[in-house]
Amino acid sequence: METPLVKSNFKSEEYFINMGPQHPATHGVLRLLLTIDGEIIKKVEPDLGYIHRSIEKMCERDSYQQIVHLTDRMDYLSSHINNEAVCLTVENALQLEIPDRVKVIRTILGELTRIASHTLWWGVMGMDVGALTTYFYGFRDRELINDIFEETCGARLTMNYNIPGGLMFDIHPNFVQRTKDFIKHFKTKLPEYDTLLTGNVIFQKRTKGVGILTKEDAISFGASGPVGRGSGYSCDVRKHHPYSAYDKVTFNEALKTEGDTFARYQVRIQEMWESMAIIEQLIDNIPEGEVQVATNAVIKLPKGEYYQKVETARGELGVYVISTGTKNPYRLKFRSPGFSNLSLLNHIAVGGKIGDLVASMATLDLVIPDIDR
Amino acid sequence: MTNEALQNLINSWIPDLEFSEEESQFLNITVTPENLHQLMSDLKSNKETSFDYLFCLSGVDWQPELGVVYHLESTTHRHIIVVKVKTADRENPTLDTVCDIWKTAEFHEREVYDFFGIKFNNHPNLKRLFLTEEWVGFPLRKDYEDEINMVIK
Repeated sequence: METPLVKSNFKSEEYFINMGPQHPATHGVLRLLLTIDGEIIKKVEPDLGYIHRSIEKMCERDSYQQIVHLTDRMDYLSSHINNEAVCLTVENALQLEIPDRVKVIRTILGELTRIASHTLWWGVMGMDVGALTTYFYGFRDRELINDIFEETCGARLTMNYNIPGGLMFDIHPNFVQRTKDFIKHFKTKLPEYDTLLTGNVIFQKRTKGVGILTKEDAISFGASGPVGRGSGYSCDVRKHHPYSAYDKVTFNEALKTEGDTFARYQVRIQEMWESMAIIEQLIDNIPEGEVQVATNAVIKLPKGEYYQKVETARGELGVYVISTGTKNPYRLKFRSPGFSNLSLLNHIAVGGKIGDLVASMATLDLVIPDIDR
Repeated sequence: MTNEALQNLINSWIPDLEFSEEESQFLNITVTPENLHQLMSDLKSNKETSFDYLFCLSGVDWQPELGVVYHLESTTHRHIIVVKVKTADRENPTLDTVCDIWKTAEFHEREVYDFFGIKFNNHPNLKRLFLTEEWVGFPLRKDYEDEINMVIK
């Protein structure tokens, strides 16, 4: 039935609201300025800098060994892979021959990091769309990986196990067995994730067709990692520019073409299976040998420019070093995956509801210190 | 395409480009600010180069010049190129934006403006990204001084 009176009196008006910096769905100190008409989003403008530490400036006064430690504080859920990126840059610049044992151990730990990051993401993703149980499941399984990390290098989050030239020390005697136990355990748990959340009708309605990103836009916005691959954009650095032991293992790049929130969700679930496959190929065949190559106490990179990209749990991390031949980099730039992935948030959120924004943002898997650096 | 083929092709578009493969794992091109936008849009739109993925955009203070380094990759051909642009004007450095070519540049250029003070012509929303609007100076410049917040060795 028409209600002309109500219609004529109702004036729609755009207004601002703040989301964050202390909003649970922004996962850290991200502030979004939303321009809204009713509940329809007209514009999303991120306000950054709440946790900016200017790591790039600090790098200009630090030695290369010290810089490794700063990188855990960017994307803290991929700390091992961040460390590896800087170490690889230095090793390539010095043309060090890294032992196979180091490469394999780095790869295994990198994939464990990825699983740990994705389980945490999965728990939080569920919580963002209203399924609280996932949070406990995700943290339960991530805890087992953190225990392995703790036994390996003493740290659960900011690992610092990589050093330029190899690893700080050898793996713990229990490492192989505990990793195998974890894989065995997680293979029974990952299908539970699907039963609990993936097949859930409410969850699918919240995510399917929401926050659509086309392949062209994904490339143009510099999307990488699961965000790019959810749009059918093949961007896995492990495939296209293999480093460490990734050229020795076979795995599939998880790709989905739908480009919506659900596709990005499925890519991450698939990636956890692939990570387990990679670990299984390597865990029984860790080569014997040294875990370090001797480097000078003061590392000086030859004059020149170096670029190294790695695939973190969030996407492509690039390390760009300009060296003038001294013990500090002249300029060091981190191309962080979260920064580029955040830049497309406005694009995928406009026209949707606030609830859709929360769901889309959950599958961008933002870690704010990675953006703020 | 190989670096040599790329160099020959790009050289035929715009005169006076500087090519270099020394001290870098990629092919480097140095372009003047006047030719920057033309070169960039050609690199993207030409079928043979089709550099559609701008994976890194960094501001650099070369002293005395300020400039920007663009790392480009083609997702079809998988070749990589690095474009550098420098300006000697430290008071009012201005370059053309490339965010109409690659959307990711919008955020990256705001970061460069924030830390190096390089302005970008035709940028839709050029303001500080991380620092507050009232911040004085551009911290990643080599001559930036801050006695309180910086530890100087």
